[in-house]
Amino acid sequence: MKTVLPYLLSGISVGGQYALIAIGYTMVYGILRLINFAHGDVFMVSGILMVYLTATGLPLYVVIPIVLLATVFIGFAIERIAYKPLRTAPRMSIMISAIGVSYFLQNLVLYITGGLSKVYPAIPFISQSVTLTLFGVTLPTTKVATLITPPLTILLVIGLVLLINHTKIGMAMRAVSKDFETSQLMGIKINRVISATFVIGSFLAAIGSMLYFTNYPSVVATSGSMPGLKAFVAAVFGGIGSIPGAVIGAFIIGICENIIKGLDLILFKAGITHKMLGLTTFSDAFTFVLLIVILIIKPTGLFGEKTTDKV
Amino acid sequence: MKKLLAILLVLCMVIPAAALGEEVVKIGVYEPATGDSGAGGKQEMLGMQYANELFPTVKMGDTEYKVELVYADNGSSSDKAPSAAQKLVSENVSVVLGSYGSSVSNAGKPYFGEAGIPAIGVTCTNPSVTAGNTHYFRICFLDPFQGTVLANYATEKLGATIAYCLGELGNDYDTGLIYNFKQAFEKNGGMVVDEYFQTGNTDFTSYLTNASMYGAQVIFAPCSLAYAALICSAAGAQGVTTPILGSDTWDSNVVVDAAAGQNITIYVSTFYQEGGSPEFDAGFKAWINSDSVHLANNNGNDMISAVSAMGYDAYMVALEALKAAGSKDPKAVNAALWDVKYDGVTGAIAFDETGDAIRDVAFIKHLDTANSAWELAAVQGKD
Amino acid sequence: MQSIATRKKPSRAHILTAVIIAAVYALVFAAEQLLPASSMLFIVLKKGATYALVAVSMNLLNGFTGIFSLGQAGFMLLGAYTFAIFTIPEESREIVYQYYNGGLIRFALPVIPALVLSGLVAALFAFLVGLPVLKLKSDYLAIATLGFAEIIRAIFQWDKLGAITNGSNMLHQFPSFSSFNIRNAQGEVVVYLSTLVPFVIAGVCIALIVLLINSTYGRALKAIRDDETAAEAMGVNLFHHKQLAFCISSFFAGIGGAMLAMYACTVQAKSFTSAMTYEILLIVVLGGVGSITGSCLSAFLFVACSEWWLRFLDNTYTIGSFQVPLLRNGFRLVVFSVIIMVVVLFFRKGIMGERELLDLLRGRKGKEAAK
Repeated sequence: MKTVLPYLLSGISVGGQYALIAIGYTMVYGILRLINFAHGDVFMVSGILMVYLTATGLPLYVVIPIVLLATVFIGFAIERIAYKPLRTAPRMSIMISAIGVSYFLQNLVLYITGGLSKVYPAIPFISQSVTLTLFGVTLPTTKVATLITPPLTILLVIGLVLLINHTKIGMAMRAVSKDFETSQLMGIKINRVISATFVIGSFLAAIGSMLYFTNYPSVVATSGSMPGLKAFVAAVFGGIGSIPGAVIGAFIIGICENIIKGLDLILFKAGITHKMLGLTTFSDAFTFVLLIVILIIKPTGLFGEKTTDKV
Repeated sequence: MKKLLAILLVLCMVIPAAALGEEVVKIGVYEPATGDSGAGGKQEMLGMQYANELFPTVKMGDTEYKVELVYADNGSSSDKAPSAAQKLVSENVSVVLGSYGSSVSNAGKPYFGEAGIPAIGVTCTNPSVTAGNTHYFRICFLDPFQGTVLANYATEKLGATIAYCLGELGNDYDTGLIYNFKQAFEKNGGMVVDEYFQTGNTDFTSYLTNASMYGAQVIFAPCSLAYAALICSAAGAQGVTTPILGSDTWDSNVVVDAAAGQNITIYVSTFYQEGGSPEFDAGFKAWINSDSVHLANNNGNDMISAVSAMGYDAYMVALEALKAAGSKDPKAVNAALWDVKYDGVTGAIAFDETGDAIRDVAFIKHLDTANSAWELAAVQGKD
Repeated sequence: MQSIATRKKPSRAHILTAVIIAAVYALVFAAEQLLPASSMLFIVLKKGATYALVAVSMNLLNGFTGIFSLGQAGFMLLGAYTFAIFTIPEESREIVYQYYNGGLIRFALPVIPALVLSGLVAALFAFLVGLPVLKLKSDYLAIATLGFAEIIRAIFQWDKLGAITNGSNMLHQFPSFSSFNIRNAQGEVVVYLSTLVPFVIAGVCIALIVLLINSTYGRALKAIRDDETAAEAMGVNLFHHKQLAFCISSFFAGIGGAMLAMYACTVQAKSFTSAMTYEILLIVVLGGVGSITGSCLSAFLFVACSEWWLRFLDNTYTIGSFQVPLLRNGFRLVVFSVIIMVVVLFFRKGIMGERELLDLLRGRKGKEAAK
């Protein structure tokens, strides 16, 4: 257990960050049936904004709200510019549009940063290192961000679930994701609902980016693609459209990824193997192994609803 | 008003035309300006640009040629390299400088070879770059040398018997160094665990945990600058006190910044130590500080990276070759390169029969994280 | 190309199509002999031909069968590696497999058998991958194939297979397109074939795909695309046909991967990322889903724009003391992605829609007659 503990801890932390991104994927998919490939890049742009705004010398209590607002605005604007005009087009076109936006954001950031990785500013308190002792177990030294990610994620998710279950806009979201056309006929302002979805998704991605980049303080144009892809896999894994599913999926994927990175060592220490197997090569790929296994066993993911084919 | 405009316009057109009137020889700069090695590539280019500013012309035969640097960004990745290399070929350059990083050098190699253009590798240390061809040269030392030097340093000076090596998957530079480090370290009676992370990985916490769980007394991580910075900051956050050995890529102010104020120990091996040539140091620093773009490309301050000195030397070697060839025909330059001897900022440079520089000295530097400065720890030969 | 498929008497449009295609090949051959070999044109043509084949193979799945697969990069990787592994000359193996004592395989195949083999390996993997994956529906299938591509990439980087795959290290020194140039005894090139050869390989493969699409199999595939349930009711074996299309598409993607290896002269698993698949998907959509001509055209346009025509945007220009704003390294790609967004948003059907070259030549009259 003592061997596995540090991996679990970093796994839970990174899982929480994936979860915050995954919610954006799952909500958008639930409503528009669109894999929003640009979502990972919104996450990255949020990180870049933070870098440049801090460089202007503004204090952090000004910068952080601006970053949150700006990220939300970017998410909103992407929907209005790139997805809304294609609402009646075939699903393939809108997905291509998402890939196009992702391509554009990456290239824009590549251009602005000159292609170099930018150092993410330290946020006081959450950037500090601590050694915590919980119930008599000393946790490995990590940044505060690692420790606050899981509880913060869970708090945000609870808030979101309350919002969806108990407010008017939440009810509208549920209605739209159940039946797009009927809810439109029932007088729900579909564009407002969709915008709200993008706003929530981007907001959570912005928070996720702050936690993520505080832990791994370097932002490049492609920083968003792997976390984005993994968060999407997490969403599919948990059953796309289901928020708790996405969160649980994200934690599972985060933990597995880190366990794989240490698997050689764990097996070695446990006396199962006597040679290094180089299993860390599969730290990214294993995510997809999990995904394919779950899709074969349960084609709609862990908590996905069963869909029926209509002729 | 109209007349004034017309005159201005004419002037605008005449000035470049006048520049075209001179005889020009083109030197291709095949370096990464973007991607994981972008920061290092930019510092290497700074050395070339500085040299170009000091020596903007070259006398070949009786004619004075203006030297023009032609840039192609290989993006630190082997799949962007072919079109970058071909761009230089299509611009009819006489000789190519670069690259920072062995994978991209290998990827561009066949294109230069096909066109008969010689290339001078600046800091690509993998043996495969120059092996089996006659057009790729290099002015730096090789992985077998650097790996051995670092392994010996780890055993003798740091007293380590267990080493943990960490590199990027599929990067010839990382793999080559780790391979050679491992051979030498094991020969010294030590044990090596080597692991590789996926390209684009940012989370190094689990790898550093692995290192401490294996009981490593030294961590050897010869990787691109972007990853080096992340490893420093992760090590700082986790309170890793095991000495970290870096290779020549680590000798950069990017690493200095990432490690500033952290309680970590870093050693690097490199080609040049500030102070080796006071004249170059002073001139280069003044030149960097004179221009905000240069300053930004050097990561915001005027600390000299060894790669800049190497870039400078590479340019000078190219000039020597052009002089010796007496023509801008790439084939003549290629033939002349074999016998070029040049006393550079980083030491005397001459090529052996595979086109590698004959070098037998590496500088080992230690990072003073409290004062953000490098201090010379040792000057190491192979034994 | 289509004239081969329809057994009717060739119409004027058919003859014209054949003439145009022949003219393209003649032009390529002539350009290569006359223009300097260093021109960027040839790099665009070589890469364009490669991407055209891969895009057409993807179109066969996405456009003609309605299977939304994102595994293209994985199958290209298989093809590229197979080709490289089996064609590296024996004497170079010590250098390439420098950490694995020269590797396990000690022989080299000629180029054409190696090409076919790389297609076959990709097809075999497609068969295995298809068994579980093809039962999934639309987006789930897309993400699962994407996942398989990533898994394949990791397997090829695995150290323990290094004696065959060279681990994660680069494979090089195998024959490239320039080895098709005919040289004289002094090593000087007499006849340039390095651009014509990729055109011929891609052309033959695309012609085979066209033949398939116009056969009864092709019609069954289109039926699946238009309505799975109806197709099944009409007696089309869904799984069998999807599996077939998947394997054939992967076969050609494998050959495309081998061509990419020959183009780049080096192979490394880490360059076959999902970004490559997205790029190819963009080409297919920009050209028009369901149009072979469109895929080919847009492949060349895409490569030319990204590698060549827009390159001037990356250079800084100063006129007198005035520096043209915005232009610096990376601007090319920004402009390029804006162009792509404009095409996606305002030309939704792509360059060709579902039409082919043949349809264009027939004109309106012909089209009515065809109906």
